[in-house]
Amino acid sequence: MTITVKFFASLRESLNMSQIELESDGPLSVRQVWMSATHNAPFAPNTLCAINHEHANIEQQAVNGDEVAFFPPVTGG
Amino acid sequence: MMAISLHDAPFNPWALITQHQDTHLAPGSYGATASFVGTMRDFNEGQSVTTLFLEHYPGMTEKQLHLIQDEAVKKWEVLDVFIAHRIGEVSIAEPIVVTAVWAPHRAAAFEANRFLMEALKTRAPFWKKETHANKSRWVDQNTPG
Repeated sequence: MTITVKFFASLRESLNMSQIELESDGPLSVRQVWMSATHNAPFAPNTLCAINHEHANIEQQAVNGDEVAFFPPVTGG
Repeated sequence: MMAISLHDAPFNPWALITQHQDTHLAPGSYGATASFVGTMRDFNEGQSVTTLFLEHYPGMTEKQLHLIQDEAVKKWEVLDVFIAHRIGEVSIAEPIVVTAVWAPHRAAAFEANRFLMEALKTRAPFWKKETHANKSRWVDQNTPG
């Protein structure tokens, strides 16, 4: 199965990575997605996560075709 | 009904509000309109700012703004809500965000409009990168309000 992983803003710059396709044998938690995609980079506690454009927590499961995103606290408005 | 829009060029917030009102609201149906306009300052946290870049997450931004609008119309007795936001390069004194609420009465209009802005600031995936002199930095958190 394939999970699309995206990174935004300062996180995209610090990891030097904007998007990757992750191959997996089964569902992965958001935490496992992070570890695989970043090769175990430290996970800052204020990092936000999303699955398919909805806010998610790090223990939620991602399945085939999902889009998982990681980004710093939002600063719009 | 409810509308959101993202703009990669300067907009006139008052024209957007008027246009939405003229095309979506029946005259006489609303007794209160509350609006908020956020504009780019030339300072932040004691430093002068020359330009701002607004990154966003296409798709999630629109979804989150729609969810916020849905929550507002469920929670308060309002007729319509409107949100517009800039993306990309923003210059000093240009509007960044506009929210507006139309309701029969003022309490719902004021409260729902405050909710739209506070929810946008914590949930909508936008990120500001400021340039000071020749250095740029990501804004790490919003001001408390």
